[in-house]
Amino acid sequence: MTTYRELLEQTKAEISELDARAAQELPDAVWIDVREADEWQEGHIPAARHVPRGFLESRIETTVPDKSAEVVLYCAAGNRSAFAAKTLEELGYTRVHSLIGGFTDWKRNGLEITLPRVLTPEKRTRYSRHILIPEIGEEGQLKLLDSRILLIGAGGLGSPASLYLAAAGVGTLGIIDADIVDETNLQRQIAHSLNTLGEPKVDSAKRTIQALNPDVEVKTYRERLTSENIDRILADGWDVIVDGADNFPTRYLVNDASIWHDIPVVHGSIYRFEGQVTVFKPKEGPCYRCLFPEPPPPELAPSCSEGGVLGVLPGIVGSLQTNEALKLALGVGEPLIGRLLLFDALATDFSEVRIERRHDCPVCGDDPTITEYIDYVEFCTAGR
Amino acid sequence: MHASGTTVRELLEDLGSRLPALGTKVYAEGEIQPFVNVYVDGEDVRTRDGLETPVREGASVILLPAMAGGSITPPTGGRSRAAQPPSATAWPR
Repeated sequence: MTTYRELLEQTKAEISELDARAAQELPDAVWIDVREADEWQEGHIPAARHVPRGFLESRIETTVPDKSAEVVLYCAAGNRSAFAAKTLEELGYTRVHSLIGGFTDWKRNGLEITLPRVLTPEKRTRYSRHILIPEIGEEGQLKLLDSRILLIGAGGLGSPASLYLAAAGVGTLGIIDADIVDETNLQRQIAHSLNTLGEPKVDSAKRTIQALNPDVEVKTYRERLTSENIDRILADGWDVIVDGADNFPTRYLVNDASIWHDIPVVHGSIYRFEGQVTVFKPKEGPCYRCLFPEPPPPELAPSCSEGGVLGVLPGIVGSLQTNEALKLALGVGEPLIGRLLLFDALATDFSEVRIERRHDCPVCGDDPTITEYIDYVEFCTAGR
Repeated sequence: MHASGTTVRELLEDLGSRLPALGTKVYAEGEIQPFVNVYVDGEDVRTRDGLETPVREGASVILLPAMAGGSITPPTGGRSRAAQPPSATAWPR
């Protein structure tokens, strides 16, 4: 029967052990911290990646796909990492080393360490259902808390988007809207209520968001987006724009600005029982003008009384927009770039059409003809 | 709804003759209006042969107007399906 001591000595004799000085001289080595999560959170070697020993076999091939790569493993004192090194050799890794003295000696010798950012216990509880998802985890949640998302409009689309983005813990939300809350809004604009009738929509939405999640900072712009103010508002720094505008002039303004400021736009629009969603990501896919180069002429626009929208439709479309915005902020999944999703609420039918990037696009094409903002004439101001 | 034709042009002419309200909102002076897109089986016909893009039997054709929140033009946006037999009249989906 072998004792722990004997096994450890035997293992150490079979693997390569390096001290901190020798390990630091290895060029291009991948450093892996095999300690437990609570030890990692109290500090780690700056370049290291965290693969707890319990997950080593299942995760190492994702973390270090190249089995001929130089790998330095460390734990607290150099014992667990010795066993881990043996395991990696058994998995076919050929240049594996265990750090003598581990993190304890590293720290004692005054070498540089990193204290990872972690969520407070309160936040870990609030966002636990996100943290449980491997694609998000604590790192993803921290990303969301650092994200800045700008909402164009606090109406039908902006209401569900602002609530779900706030609930998800997006750290900063900007909201642009010049309108005030009226009775006709309440059929669908769930960020507002009887209590906020007559208030500016941005203030009403901010109150609802803050009651839901005080982690979120809300920046309000009670103004109508124009060529005069758009650069100032975008200069506040936004990672994603969620476009829920109710008119063509704003749509085109947002599109052109997003190209020039290089900010992805999650586009959503609704009418009666139909909705459209897509993502316009500058340089990677088409823009709104690739889809529709110019707004329709005013004489072909129907009167606003011809409009109308099923109350839940903006809830569905705004939620789909939120899904895209969260994916963009997290950098996961396949965003709707170059794909226009069409939803028909009467048939309960989703379909998708491809949108090509146009080389002759007047704003994002090879030879743009539009190089400054255009304030198109508003021909339908009601009907949101 | 269903419409007949072997090309996008024939299909739009068929629709236009049966739905006068469609008028010039989709198709005018031999051209598709710039603020309307026509997709045959998910592909923009402008990236194919435009009005001469062939439409196979049973193809799904989408007429997509620009929509901006509460406003839209033209109000007759929707989907058509190439009909079989080709002489079929329009009926609701």
